[in-house]
Amino acid sequence: MPKTLFEKIWEDHVVLTEPDCPSVLYIDLHLIHEVTSPQAFAGLRNRGLKVRRPERTVATVDHIVPTHDPKIGILDPQARNLIAELTRGCAENGITFHGIGSPNQGIVHVIGPELGLTQPGMTIVCGDSHTSTHGAFGALAFGIGTSEVEMVLATQTLLQRKAKSMEVKVDGTLRKGVAAKDVILALIAKIGTGGGTGHAIEYRGAAIRALSMEERMTICNMSIEAGARAGMVAPDDATFQYLAGRPFAPKSFESFRKYSTDDGAAFDKGVSIDADALEPYITYGTNPGAGMPVTGIIPADTPRKMLDYMGLEAGKPLLGRPIDVVFIGSCTNSRISDLRAAASVLKGRKVKTPRVLVVPGSHAIKKQAESEGLHTIFREAGFDWREPGCSMCLAMNGDELKPGQTCVSTSNRNFEGRQGPGGRTLLASPYTAAASALEGAVADPRRYL
Amino acid sequence: MDPITVFKGKSVSIPIANIDTDQITPARYLKGTEKKLGSVFFRDWRFNADGSPKPEFPLNRPGAQGVSILVAGDNYGCGSSREHAPWAMHDFGIRAVISTSIADIHTNNCLKNGIIPIVVDAATHPEALAAGEQNLEFEVDLPNRTLTLPSGRKVTFPIDAFAQRCLVQGLDELGYLRSHAKAVEAYESARPGR
Repeated sequence: MPKTLFEKIWEDHVVLTEPDCPSVLYIDLHLIHEVTSPQAFAGLRNRGLKVRRPERTVATVDHIVPTHDPKIGILDPQARNLIAELTRGCAENGITFHGIGSPNQGIVHVIGPELGLTQPGMTIVCGDSHTSTHGAFGALAFGIGTSEVEMVLATQTLLQRKAKSMEVKVDGTLRKGVAAKDVILALIAKIGTGGGTGHAIEYRGAAIRALSMEERMTICNMSIEAGARAGMVAPDDATFQYLAGRPFAPKSFESFRKYSTDDGAAFDKGVSIDADALEPYITYGTNPGAGMPVTGIIPADTPRKMLDYMGLEAGKPLLGRPIDVVFIGSCTNSRISDLRAAASVLKGRKVKTPRVLVVPGSHAIKKQAESEGLHTIFREAGFDWREPGCSMCLAMNGDELKPGQTCVSTSNRNFEGRQGPGGRTLLASPYTAAASALEGAVADPRRYL
Repeated sequence: MDPITVFKGKSVSIPIANIDTDQITPARYLKGTEKKLGSVFFRDWRFNADGSPKPEFPLNRPGAQGVSILVAGDNYGCGSSREHAPWAMHDFGIRAVISTSIADIHTNNCLKNGIIPIVVDAATHPEALAAGEQNLEFEVDLPNRTLTLPSGRKVTFPIDAFAQRCLVQGLDELGYLRSHAKAVEAYESARPGR
């Protein structure tokens, strides 16, 4: 019987299923960070347990690390405490920890692929909803809560019911200035923030095949914003070329070719998107489903609460609306291709937006960008070139909006207060963010490309 | 965890769709290592920046003292996987949440913290929301998967059978997983590289 990619990985990892019980699912790779693991380590200590397979867990710090000059150090005592707790948990259990000062430190969903830890056919979990990012490599990757982090630490397994499957088919060719981010924002606008609930999405079609690994990661990353359990893309030569030579990647990739959906395999549901017709997208509301083409008009049926919070009016365009801040970064759009895209818009130009910052996803990306001279393009345009971390995506590290400020952001969530209490977030691609930075207002990037 | 069987509770409605976990527990309160987060439950909808309460918010209305059943708009608990959301709910006193749909990760996190996620159909939802507006009493019968609305109308709700058994008997999921250690070892030894 033909099977989907999801079913193949699922079946390969079920240790056992008792009647009326969820399956015991084996976890190949567990990524942890400072915010959702201290209580899990505390739970293990209370039970007198150790981590069962420490070599299958990898730790880094990202959520609360400052992005200012490292010489200043961490000023927030709570942040220092979280890092101390993670350091202790890793040391007690022999877990590899890429902490501050490590050349491998960065956003957890950026460094996993970068180090070659993320591989096709794996099950990957992390106490972070954007774990779906790793599905870009043909892995089954999903976010879990802290209780589940504790379970994986203790047993290397999780209790899971099999998700339903959903096909998202993107055919055609993306036009110039239209990015992977626009594909996923258009999908979420189409199916809503609950449209994928209970499902593992597989992204298929010619437009997906044509994407780089970084772009596939952007799309899989925001699967959770459609409510999906996971998002995935079957591996191909692009996957293997990306992995080749990375520190933890295997030498041969032939065994990964089996991780694809068989012809004739059935999905529980499906939706298609026409890449040829896509325009750059932007959100206008307080959930990621409230998105439209950047040239669009704010819909008449937008809830009043949303409009009041955003300071917007239905029936009006967003294009030309003044902005206060531009943030380029996050596990969605902080990779080298994102920085190159933004720099291609900014090169030789100056920003008009009062505050603009770019936060690379990892030290490796920062170094790569500097070797290409991208930091000079950003700085000459007026951008602040920062140290790696999650930064203003969720504003835990001191990088935040002031109440009432509007930010065009390449991150993944525009929830109320997400980038700081009272802050207003417009989600967009690196192209659109860079073009908006130049104009001091929401802008269509296509005129700069 | 203490077993959960049948309980009654006063309700409150927050009739807003797509309530995300950033609202339930804002990120800046994720820096601690305690689970006592009831004081920051819906922090920015409940309180002004200076800490004074917003009187119009449902949790601040005089009748909402001691509520334990939350009735919310569609797609409750979307967004971040933070377990700090159910920690805040539980510490505040919430023991069940009712909506037409509840996000996957949040459902799991609620079940692990003694909060019953109750999905009702679109026909029942308006009645539940209206009852919550008046802070009326609901009854949850977990062994029978039954919600009794204040009108006396009973509806059954879906819940994972295993999670239900764990909650009703006060069993621990980690204990269950650990009981299968031998099977996990066999799985690993049958697969080189694992």
